[in-house]
Amino acid sequence: MKTYYYPGCTLPDKARDFDTSARACCELLGLELEEMERWVCCGSAFKLDHKNIMQHLAPIRNLAEVHKEGGRLMTLCVFCYNSLKRANYAFLAEPDKHEVINDFIESDYDGKVPVVHLLEMLKDEVGFEALAEKVKRPLGGLRVAPFYGCLLLRPQEEIGFEDPENPTVMEKLFEALGAEVVSYPHRLECCGSYLSLKDRDHTTSMVTRVLESAVEAGANAIVTSCPMCNFNFEFFGGELVARDTIHTFYFTELLALALGADRKLCGLEQHETDVDRLIDEALAAPATAAAGSETAGSGTSGARASGDQAPDARNG
Amino acid sequence: MTLRLERGTFTTTFTQRLKELSGQDLFTCYQCGKCSAGCPSASVMETPPHAVVRLAWLGQEKALRGLNTYWLCAACLTCDLRCPKGIDVSRIMEALRVMFLRPREEPDMVAPDSLPKDMLSRIPQQALVAGLRKYTK
Repeated sequence: MKTYYYPGCTLPDKARDFDTSARACCELLGLELEEMERWVCCGSAFKLDHKNIMQHLAPIRNLAEVHKEGGRLMTLCVFCYNSLKRANYAFLAEPDKHEVINDFIESDYDGKVPVVHLLEMLKDEVGFEALAEKVKRPLGGLRVAPFYGCLLLRPQEEIGFEDPENPTVMEKLFEALGAEVVSYPHRLECCGSYLSLKDRDHTTSMVTRVLESAVEAGANAIVTSCPMCNFNFEFFGGELVARDTIHTFYFTELLALALGADRKLCGLEQHETDVDRLIDEALAAPATAAAGSETAGSGTSGARASGDQAPDARNG
Repeated sequence: MTLRLERGTFTTTFTQRLKELSGQDLFTCYQCGKCSAGCPSASVMETPPHAVVRLAWLGQEKALRGLNTYWLCAACLTCDLRCPKGIDVSRIMEALRVMFLRPREEPDMVAPDSLPKDMLSRIPQQALVAGLRKYTK
């Protein structure tokens, strides 16, 4: 089944790092993507008031577009993922409205286009063991705090690719990449989302709670799948960000780096913190889990670097 | 004097509309407070989510109007996930926002040109789309 990539409004601009690095990852992993030729806004936040199907026309229009070509829709931004997947679920739950909607958007959509997130593809189609074998630059010096936030996991019955109270997909991903995964209590909390438009003090306290919790557990990087979380962490992170105590990444930036992508294709440009220094150090350090063995292609070899701990899974 | 309290006592146009918009049966709530316990904004809310549900099923429209609770709800859906009675509290919050937003006479709660410039230049588009849908008429 052909996979159509839906970038959404933010990835071509404020989250270019996410877009660039995800494309590089897919290429290196042999996941074929084609960007949708025509797409519209997904509506951003899924509207929760019940009766008005008009609220869901934008996401359904995108799905109808993919339906025309025959395939599935892959997206990266969790707002888009949540909105598209939930709208599809709502559409399927109300077959009596299909005709009205299809008449309005001029299509014959049947509700059957699968909506997937890249993390799902990594977990179900690539597999973490196979992924570990493809690692060319283990992320040894990174102490990664995976941050799931809200919309990637909830609500369970409509999204349902991971346990919303105890997900493991990002932990397994970063173990496969040779990073040290940090366990901390606030990985499922809300970052404040777009409350930051109105209640900035409250957003600051929500962000601080998460970042402090990650730093206390030893993390030097917090990893998300959401441009909103990334923005809030960097903009409202205060001293922790200003002093480079913790760096915020999209999971694809680190994945692309570990897979050996050209550094320019790993994103790493729209950051508030000095991520270059952190990454140089990380690549020079030995891997903490079973992953590939080559140290940095950039020639950095810190005092701690030794290939001893990582089995060579790459040669050939 | 006998005062009989039953569902009909509390059913008003307001509660009917709330039920219709949220799709939730308010009477299902047994006030365990789990929604408030997990709510990341409860500490700054004037009235926590479970108490808002209680006011709603009592039809207390006046008491609900003007509360900051539903505006501070980030729709993170933690309450929906944890409600032992399967109520989507976030849908009740959304319904209250919808019901109280339109009749507001005050200026919009968020205006793009009032945002700090450094924020406006970096905030993701999705935040503006979602936020302006939530806060403005």
